[in-house]
Amino acid sequence: MQFEPVLTKGIGKVDLTNIDVYEAQGGYQALRKALTSMEPQAIVEEVKKANLRGRGGAGFPAGVKWGFLPNDGRPRYLTVNADESEPGTCNNRTLIYANPHQLIEGIIITAFANRISQSFIYIRGEFKRGEAILMKAIEDARKKGYVGKNILGTGFSQEITVHRGASAYICGEESALLNSLEGRRGEPRVKPPFPAVVGLYGCPTIINNVETISNVPHIVKNGWEWYTKITANPDNPKSCGPKLFTVSGCVQRPGNYELPMGVKLRDVIEIAGGLRPGRKLKAVQPGGSSTPMLTPEHLDVPMDFESVAAAGSLLGTAAVIVYDDSVDLVDVALYWSRFYSHESCGQCTPCREGTHWLERVFTRIKEGGGTEGDLKMIADMQTQMAGTTICVLSDAAVAFPASLLKLFPEELERYINRVKEVRPA
Amino acid sequence: MTCSACKGITPDDPRFAELDAFIQDGHSSADFLIAVLHRAQQLFGYLPEEVQHHVAAALGVPPSEVYGVVTFYNYFTLTPVGKYPINVCMGTACYVQGAGRILELFEKELGIQPGQVTPDGLFSLDVCRCVGACGLAPVVTVAGEVHGKLTESDALKLVAELRERAAADQAEAGAAVATVGGESQ
Repeated sequence: MQFEPVLTKGIGKVDLTNIDVYEAQGGYQALRKALTSMEPQAIVEEVKKANLRGRGGAGFPAGVKWGFLPNDGRPRYLTVNADESEPGTCNNRTLIYANPHQLIEGIIITAFANRISQSFIYIRGEFKRGEAILMKAIEDARKKGYVGKNILGTGFSQEITVHRGASAYICGEESALLNSLEGRRGEPRVKPPFPAVVGLYGCPTIINNVETISNVPHIVKNGWEWYTKITANPDNPKSCGPKLFTVSGCVQRPGNYELPMGVKLRDVIEIAGGLRPGRKLKAVQPGGSSTPMLTPEHLDVPMDFESVAAAGSLLGTAAVIVYDDSVDLVDVALYWSRFYSHESCGQCTPCREGTHWLERVFTRIKEGGGTEGDLKMIADMQTQMAGTTICVLSDAAVAFPASLLKLFPEELERYINRVKEVRPA
Repeated sequence: MTCSACKGITPDDPRFAELDAFIQDGHSSADFLIAVLHRAQQLFGYLPEEVQHHVAAALGVPPSEVYGVVTFYNYFTLTPVGKYPINVCMGTACYVQGAGRILELFEKELGIQPGQVTPDGLFSLDVCRCVGACGLAPVVTVAGEVHGKLTESDALKLVAELRERAAADQAEAGAAVATVGGESQ
């Protein structure tokens, strides 16, 4: 497939953590253009017209999100969500470690466009080196006059503070992230009010993913029309732009691949080296651990927000996890349920108890003690856990088990019937 | 043989002064609790009650809240670690490449389970989910240093090397004490 990478251009060939190399590749030109020749509102309009959708999972249009900030004189904050903890997802990591200046440039432009007083990057606890890379990049940018007071002599000032978390999956949820940033337990807040109105320290706050913000300089530099043309599925104008796909599981070359939005699932798997010889595709999770499975009949589904949703799943973080016929999906369900029961913050009963019960049920089934009643319990949990809690961790936890029961009931029944053979009723 | 981790921490421990210096360097409000705890754990290796109380008083946060934060996040630990903390990655890639066997081997060789420290304070053993070095699976980290593509014999060699290094350190420290004379008594 012919595609000129945008976000990952130069990665692996040149050292983009060096600010001179980044500038030589056209870096910080967008910042110069935005701050010296554009009105803040014009930048917001540009991003809206480009239809930049949030890359953190939900796909909410970034420009619209920015428009929710009230104009009431309170300080405004920008927080970049770099708490990339979704299993199978590691595209933020590449963007931070290999191209930190693109993120910094995006932050300054976004801050200028939205009259932000102070920006924060919330980076996950495990990314200790990422924190160091960002701190150095910010200092290098400061020396060149791109960060700090009176940027490029325009009178606009912006500081970026890097805050490292301490390992908790839930801190990727935006309101939990804000609590953690304030030095507290990362427990999600009740919404509304949404962070755009009452966010960090009670002030209006924008929270965007690393990949979302990394797109901003390119939109400003090349214009929204250029951006909307980046798509492999022109029939759907609602999703466009470059997207990083993290492909893992049963493929021969797992890794991050930058591809246009709307690329076919079949091509994504092919680009990642395809399946191992002699193996057959069983299922795919298109957007991380919290998304329902797709099956081989969906290989021609375009990977954009609408098409994947129409196929019964979610694009999520575009962490494509591939399972071939050698994989025991009950084992996968046990693995995910262990993860969610460990990561539930414990505030809401359906999630705290539900994730724990899912783990127990799958352990029981896997160990050979499962009964028909367990299948009914998994089905019931879907209605009891989804949509009943403060945040969507509970919904995410039950997504895979529910899709396993719907698409591959025979895998579960096989375990249960095996017990019946040994212990006839 | 002294082991600072098992001895308990006294208020005149010089590491408190280092921690205070960090707190006074622009980290003295409650918002910096997580940053301060990171620094404290870096200094002490873990976050015992004494350290939590110290941080609570310095930032003006109730000790219960400090405890709440410490126990919420995976990164913070209430138990001491050994001189060489061994962390076996149990992420998907490492798991399928035999991380389970490597872990069992460490358990047998060191005589401890994950979460425990050897009686001599040299080693502690733990498991983690993913260190982001899946290309090097199976991966083990020792005090943050990554050892990749580990075979079972590599793992045994690693333990032997660390034991030798510890013995050499101790011999050096013993020699230093001998030249000073019995003053340390």
